[in-house]
Amino acid sequence: MTELSVSVSNASGPVPQVALPEAAPKVTARGLNFYYGEHHALKDINLTLGTHRVTAFIGPSGCGKSTLLRIFNRMYDLYPGQRATGQLLLDQTNVLDPKLDLNLLRARVGMVFQKPTPFPMTIYENIAFGIRLYEKVSKSEMDDRVERALRGGALWNEVKDKLNASGLSLSGGQQQRLCIARTVAVRPEVILFDEPCSALDPISTAKIEELIQELAEDYTIAIVTHNMQQAARVSDKTAFMYLGELVEFDDTNKIFTSPRDRRTQDYITGRFG
Amino acid sequence: MAVESDVMEAAGPYDRARALGAFKFGDVTFYWITRACAISVLLILGGIILSLIIGAWPAIREYGAAFLWTQRWAPSADPPVLGALGPVYGTLVTSVIAMMIAIPVGLGIAVFLTEICPLWLRRPIGLAIELLAGIPSIIYGMWGFFVLGPFLANNFQPFMISVFDGVPVLGTIFAGPPSYLSLFNASLILAIMVLPFITAISVDVFKTVPPVLKEAAYGVGCTTWEVVRNVVIPYTRVGVIGGIMLALGRALGETMAVTFIIGNSFKIQSSIFAPGTTISAAIASEFAESDGLHQSGLILLGLLLFVLTFFVLAAARLMLMRLEQKAGN
Amino acid sequence: MNPIYVSRRRNNVIVKYLCLGAALFGVTWLALILFTLFFNGLAGINFAVFTQDTPPPGSTDGGLRNAIIGSIIMTMIGVGIGAPLGLFAGTYLAEYGKHDKLTSVIRFINDILLSAPSIIIGLFIYGAIVVPMGGFSAFAGCLALAVIVIPVVVRTTEDMLGLVPNPLREAASALGMPRSLVIRRIAYRAARAGLITGVLLATARVAGETAPLLFTALSNQFFSLDLTKTMANLPVTINNFVQSPYAYWKQLAWAGALLITLTVLALNIGARILGAERISK
Repeated sequence: MTELSVSVSNASGPVPQVALPEAAPKVTARGLNFYYGEHHALKDINLTLGTHRVTAFIGPSGCGKSTLLRIFNRMYDLYPGQRATGQLLLDQTNVLDPKLDLNLLRARVGMVFQKPTPFPMTIYENIAFGIRLYEKVSKSEMDDRVERALRGGALWNEVKDKLNASGLSLSGGQQQRLCIARTVAVRPEVILFDEPCSALDPISTAKIEELIQELAEDYTIAIVTHNMQQAARVSDKTAFMYLGELVEFDDTNKIFTSPRDRRTQDYITGRFG
Repeated sequence: MAVESDVMEAAGPYDRARALGAFKFGDVTFYWITRACAISVLLILGGIILSLIIGAWPAIREYGAAFLWTQRWAPSADPPVLGALGPVYGTLVTSVIAMMIAIPVGLGIAVFLTEICPLWLRRPIGLAIELLAGIPSIIYGMWGFFVLGPFLANNFQPFMISVFDGVPVLGTIFAGPPSYLSLFNASLILAIMVLPFITAISVDVFKTVPPVLKEAAYGVGCTTWEVVRNVVIPYTRVGVIGGIMLALGRALGETMAVTFIIGNSFKIQSSIFAPGTTISAAIASEFAESDGLHQSGLILLGLLLFVLTFFVLAAARLMLMRLEQKAGN
Repeated sequence: MNPIYVSRRRNNVIVKYLCLGAALFGVTWLALILFTLFFNGLAGINFAVFTQDTPPPGSTDGGLRNAIIGSIIMTMIGVGIGAPLGLFAGTYLAEYGKHDKLTSVIRFINDILLSAPSIIIGLFIYGAIVVPMGGFSAFAGCLALAVIVIPVVVRTTEDMLGLVPNPLREAASALGMPRSLVIRRIAYRAARAGLITGVLLATARVAGETAPLLFTALSNQFFSLDLTKTMANLPVTINNFVQSPYAYWKQLAWAGALLITLTVLALNIGARILGAERISK
């Protein structure tokens, strides 16, 4: 470890925030553009997500941050008329390769959505479902995997006695952690969070933020958020986006203490957004 | 945890590719099954048209376009003489009379349900009407045959005949003698049958009016009637017409509600109290015992009915689609 | 008072009473039909209706056993063929082909088939099945019913899958789930109540269909389970008995009509209760 510096906000995280050394690149975007039909939604994006780092994406609504996230796992492929150009690498894999097996990509790049999306089945099945897609495991091993995933999602203690209850019977915050556990169970390398707390109350939000920081030990994380305090609390790096452009991308404490760009400064000080 | 996931990463991609490969076949198969089923909907339509044309071909060759304006229907003559004028006339007349009765009443009920009726009564009445729309048409036919027919012949028809006796035009439309089996009786049954359709669709269509619009009109002091006439009806006009056309499509092709009560007479008479027939009634009552040219002629009638209803229903759907687009915006 | 306002208010009152009158008019007819149906139907229903087969002309005993069983068999087979087909077709429209040109064409045609005269379906099956197979058969009747079931199920399936929130599909896809599994395991499950509603509505629709059976399955005075022969069924039996000169046959017709109506109402109410859940838990 080289230099340690205290972060902007030392509020909630269990891990004290430190400026970490540059990590090996996990996801690399070079000259990435995105179009909704005719609309040019992302313009020439260049950035890297460091391995086992948390990268936050902030910016006003419609700036393209969710769009960018949905390129990382090619979620946009579900809809016609949307296309990306440029280069996007996951390790050495070309994500934009039209011949790429999307299901395999999505197994490597998990995603957690804005609203909790438990599947209409039991809590146990919600987790087991994803595992069964890729592995043949015995009943006892599956029990074990489900438990580990639920522990990974910090949900085990709350649901261990009702694994056969419907996933929809949980509270909003619990549902979101179930979705995180479900994502973790598949053992991805990257996890994308698309405003994971915007539908949750403050206590649930704090739990999820804590969880995200724990997950960073094992996964590379990208998180889109509207909440700048959240970005400051959980992330190592922050990207500020505006009107489809990546305006500034730097260590989180730099972005929040001494942004280089005028627009970044205006946004984090609440002058627009 | 970190260790475990590193191990998995090492073993991961290859195994996953194999595991996912196992789904590939099912995935592609499922896609093609659903696509084939979707296309089968088109094939059904194609099959209907094709089988009707093939079945009707001998009659088309024999009678040509004259089929349309020949009134005589003599299947047992040698050679058989067949003409569609009687059933086509009956189909159009019964449907038009039915719509003349059902449209005002159906719209009136719809307005009553959406604007006037106390809230607690809306659901039960609405539900009753929707359920009644599901009653099989043969029930309406039976009731028409056993109850409505005798009632009309003994009470309503003599009254109308005596009132309009001697009046020009109307006197010939409402001419005697009263009959259990008549175009008018069939029309009334049809009207009662399509009433729930018109009401249900109109209620749905009226509900697409944004509440703000109505509130704005009430806000400037409009009465209920003025809101209906100046806001609800203009806003939903296309949809209401679409709903009416849909009901018309039903009325044109309805079989069981009219067959018992229309009289099966191919002769065109000026009085609506006289017996007549419709295309579907003619097919229903003669087809099972028909053969040769007679049967082909009946299938040709069916083809005419299908073409007629196809255009009416297509127009109805296009109109309803226009309203949906408007509601979607 | 302002004369303009007075006349506006008078018009309003007149229209309100006209609408009330329309409602009473409509409800009265419908109530009369139901009343007659129950009055005559209940009088005709007895034990023999369920245990004896349809009587020969002039006989004063006998029931509807063969017709009831025939109707159940034919309805079940018709729905059994039509419902899966409609379900898959609706799935294609809602899931795979959402943005296709083909989809809008199919949807349009389906909507037309939905209200196409059922007697035309009978003619179609007569030409396509009865003639080539060389005779009337219960199986032809089943197919005619299936053709009526399909558009109903296509429509409800598409509508119900349309109600499944998109994020749920995205979440499943985000796990790397293949598309067909997303549909079968997630979307179907989420829309289950709605899908069953569609099948129930379709069953209700064909349970009382008469016209398409008149010259496909025909009817049969005797008990038969052979799908390649004619088979007795309630609607055609009612059709034949209504126009007969025998009082006992007419009584049986009323009993059969009541049975059909009760079945259809029960199916419709069941569908509505399920449909109220829409997206199931």
